[in-house]
Amino acid sequence: MQIVLDVQNLNIWYGGIHAVKGVSLSIEKGDIVTLIGANGAGKSSTIRAIAGLVKGYRGTIQYTDAGGTQVQLNNRPPEDMVRMGIALSPEGRRILPHLTVEENLRLGAYSRKDKAETASDMEYVYNLFPRLRERRGQKGGTLSGGEQQMLAVGRALMSRPDLLMLDEPSLGLAPKLVGEVFGIIREINRQGKTILLVEQNALAALSIANKAYVLEVGATAVSGTGEELLQDPRVRDAYLGA
Amino acid sequence: MFVQNFFNALGLGALYGLIAVGYTMVYGILRLINFAHGDIFMLGAYFVFFATIQYKLPWALGVALAIGGATLCGLLVDRIAYRPLRGAPRISALISAIGVSFFLQNLGVVVFTGMPRAVIRPRELTNPLPIKDIIPLEFLQAGRIGEVRLIPLAIWVPVVSFLLVAVLLWIVYKTKPGLAMRAISRDIETTRLMGVSVDRVIALTFALGSALAAFAGIMWALRYPRVEPFMGVIPGFKAFIAAVFGGIGSIPGAMIGGLILGFVEIMSVAFFPHLSGYRDAFAFILLIFILLVKPTGLLGERMEEKI
Ligand SMILES: Nc1ncnc2c1ncn2[C@@H]1O[C@H](COP(=O)(O)OP(=O)(O)O)[C@@H](O)[C@H]1O
Ligand SMILES: [Mg+2]
Repeated sequence: MQIVLDVQNLNIWYGGIHAVKGVSLSIEKGDIVTLIGANGAGKSSTIRAIAGLVKGYRGTIQYTDAGGTQVQLNNRPPEDMVRMGIALSPEGRRILPHLTVEENLRLGAYSRKDKAETASDMEYVYNLFPRLRERRGQKGGTLSGGEQQMLAVGRALMSRPDLLMLDEPSLGLAPKLVGEVFGIIREINRQGKTILLVEQNALAALSIANKAYVLEVGATAVSGTGEELLQDPRVRDAYLGA
Repeated sequence: MFVQNFFNALGLGALYGLIAVGYTMVYGILRLINFAHGDIFMLGAYFVFFATIQYKLPWALGVALAIGGATLCGLLVDRIAYRPLRGAPRISALISAIGVSFFLQNLGVVVFTGMPRAVIRPRELTNPLPIKDIIPLEFLQAGRIGEVRLIPLAIWVPVVSFLLVAVLLWIVYKTKPGLAMRAISRDIETTRLMGVSVDRVIALTFALGSALAAFAGIMWALRYPRVEPFMGVIPGFKAFIAAVFGGIGSIPGAMIGGLILGFVEIMSVAFFPHLSGYRDAFAFILLIFILLVKPTGLLGERMEEKI
């Protein structure tokens, strides 16, 4: 299978803090790969480095775009990543509260010039999240937490990415909504998108992942298929509360 | 008299508003008070002076060149003085802004000399309008208006100003770069994540603000027909007050703030001529008043501090 993203020996420092210590991971085309771990383990730092939001990290991040061209992502600005087909729905949703739902989605498509296709992707997002269609003219800040999360995912989809990265999409959602959001993630994956999913909700993430990495204080502790990790005694003890 | 004062105030207020819009846009995006903004206004005025009076170019061409030149200067200020400090503490950019402002004023003294120069106005702008032929005198008297002496410039200044602000609002609220501007004003990082080249959008913001300031400078030079290197200081200051008064970050607020300031200034002097020495103080009284009553300004929203 083709490797879409290959991270080798990633190291990130914040001032004197060595937050990510040699993380390596690879993502195959069409997979859902999840990165789980406790709060502060370095999951967001890793995913943000891939998106170009972290400056001055060590290690290599290699991406293979839809056309099969290999690109080194190191030291490129985030706007380049979007153009190459990587989108991130950031932790805490970060939707723009003063813009309408539709404007938030249009912002997600900022780098695109294909108007007709963009319009059809907007339709696609509205079909995926019918509640967003109902609220298309409403300010983002007036949406409920769950709707904001849907908007954040929809907005990331609007760039028509090949690799969709989601940082804790279940954060702060009621259990029923978590199920709904994960169902949609699976649906998006089935339609052909490769997904990197960062989660604290290990059970939900492992149940839909083809491959999983557990991060502990900045380093990869365990990795395997979602199935394997669900059975792994260390993972069960530490993250699944079993 | 009243009609004259009205147009006077409208013109002055519209010019304050035009300058204020530039302050408010840059502040909205970068939380930076661009002190050099008043000096871009000055440059616009000088450029039109040199183009039309020194080099005798036609006015239309001179205005276009002056706006282009001042816009370029505004872009350079952003590129040289602000962009390298984007990640630095905000106070650094503020100090840089003050430095640029002093630099431009003193450069003006060196290059243009400190001597004020008279602007010769095109006659079409200053020949009094034949009001008596349009509106019969009896009408004016019936309305207790009396004889009115208006020059076309007094009408052109507010009309052009409002048109320009309308175009600006269209850009900000209806176009893609405008969407990016509004997004950046809340969350730069997320906007970059959406594929927006933030530095380019910020440059566009400076370009638009500078073009409007240059236009204001040109019209100012026509109204008080002269130019001098420090001419941007007081209007710049008052426009800044107008921006705060209207609610910093809000474009309609800046325009309304400018108009209110223009009316307060002209009308207070018209009705209380003995207070005319305090003319400039009114702006500050207005500022203190709004800061006490509604610190976010008339149309301002609460701005969360950026982390
Ligand atoms: N911008 C930052 N500045 C300083 N420290 C940071 C910053 N971002 C993250 N950290 C630190 O790096 C470590 C990893 O954080 P993070 O990547 O957010 O972990 P996670 O997403 O797994 O909770 C934490 O100790 C956190 O405090
Ligand atoms: Mg995190």
